[in-house]
Amino acid sequence: MRDFPLEAEFAVDRGETLVLIGENGAGKSSLLFLLSGLMPPESGRIMLGERVIYDSSKGINVPAEERDIGFVFQHYALFPHLTVFENVAFGLRRRKIPPSEIRTRVEDSLALLSIESLDAVRADRLSGGQRQRVALARALAIAPALLLLDEPVSALDAGAQERMRSELRACIRRSDIPCIAVTHSFRDALSLGDRIGVMENGRIVQNGTPDELMRSDHEFLHRFFCGCRQ
Amino acid sequence: MNSVEGLVEVKRLRQSCRAILLTFGTGVLITLLLIFIVTPILALLFRISPDRFCASLSDPVVWDALVLSLTTATISTCVIVLLGTPVAWINARYCYSGREFVDTIIDLPLVLPPAVAGLALLMAFGRMGIIGRYFYESGISIAFTTLAVIIAQVFVALPFYVRQARASFEQLDTMYEQAARSLGSTTLPTFFIIVLPLVKSGLIAGAIMSFARALGEFGATIMFAGNIQGRTQTMPLAIYTTMQGDLNASITLSVILIIISFVVLFIVKFKLRRDVRF
Repeated sequence: MRDFPLEAEFAVDRGETLVLIGENGAGKSSLLFLLSGLMPPESGRIMLGERVIYDSSKGINVPAEERDIGFVFQHYALFPHLTVFENVAFGLRRRKIPPSEIRTRVEDSLALLSIESLDAVRADRLSGGQRQRVALARALAIAPALLLLDEPVSALDAGAQERMRSELRACIRRSDIPCIAVTHSFRDALSLGDRIGVMENGRIVQNGTPDELMRSDHEFLHRFFCGCRQ
Repeated sequence: MNSVEGLVEVKRLRQSCRAILLTFGTGVLITLLLIFIVTPILALLFRISPDRFCASLSDPVVWDALVLSLTTATISTCVIVLLGTPVAWINARYCYSGREFVDTIIDLPLVLPPAVAGLALLMAFGRMGIIGRYFYESGISIAFTTLAVIIAQVFVALPFYVRQARASFEQLDTMYEQAARSLGSTTLPTFFIIVLPLVKSGLIAGAIMSFARALGEFGATIMFAGNIQGRTQTMPLAIYTTMQGDLNASITLSVILIIISFVVLFIVKFKLRRDVRF
């Protein structure tokens, strides 16, 4: 485990994306996994708005399956044996939603990402970019209270990354869901982020718009953005 | 040719000789090993003509043993899969105190001599056994029945399945289970809808290995279940019994077991290559 506590507080508006950047081991991915409930904290408190989802002193621990947080994994974690439709419908079926509504919501999600034609294709037959879209459609279909993206385009080739960044941003805005993304790429941070947070030893030490942070003298930001400052 | 070129040529020749010797040595080693394994099998296959093989199939001893073996091994495999799958999954995914101890105990029948396993089962489930006595008092006798054959087979074949199943679960990236949880799926639906289909081939391979082991079980069965035709005389026991009188029946049963072993190995190798992953 890390030798520092995670103490991060931030606000993200609906349709807005906060991109977390920082050195390796700063706690960015841990933050996502702690928020989603996929990693148990040793102790402490996690709040989502006014809702306490973890509080060790009160014995509260809302399980991951009840947190209502969408998660797009770095390698997408699509279920390879299921079709695109079944992947996107998976979370809705677990919520016991009527089949007709499931169909409508899946179709809406697929349309949002322009992948309606892939609905009957098995997930293991998709290209990298298609997987990315399906993973996002699957996370959005459950209409989560919060969307988490872990290195959202890092598994794609350079050309696909560029296209996907703009699509991702547009899609998150349209979905009107607050989003937190973690990345190591300054291109991701600038293209996706409405705001950027810099994490250092478990704390957010800088938080602002890309333009504000581009002007910052913070040592990490200086190195992080050196490519585009020139 | 100057002296430098001469030295290079000598070095090249030496390397060629070494490569030829290495290839030859490896070839000889593999050939000897194959001869060692294949000769007894071929000797068995050539010992019986197809006519005699077919005639022996109608021998009641052969037929009874074949039916009993296939029936008991199938039941044992079902029991093993039902008991072994959750244990393998828990041991692959959850860390609890005593997990290594549980694993070691499950593996124990792998290294236990079959005769010891048979005697141990007799001491546990026999008429005077620590558990069997209570069944016996209630009018249920376990030892020397078909149930004893199944218990012996489950005992010796369980580790084959659990080891393979655990390895399959461990190889599966936990991100699939995490993704399912983040989408609102609880443990059991995740297991049945996501995990099981993704490790299906590994589990089938493990079940087939267990089936083969159960089919070939001899020592524990003869000690614990006896050697009664039609009730407890499985194929290996029938081979042992008929070998002293009717060698054709014995060879026929052996050939059937060889064929099953081949089929098992092929299916296992094929299945283990087939699990769907990204």
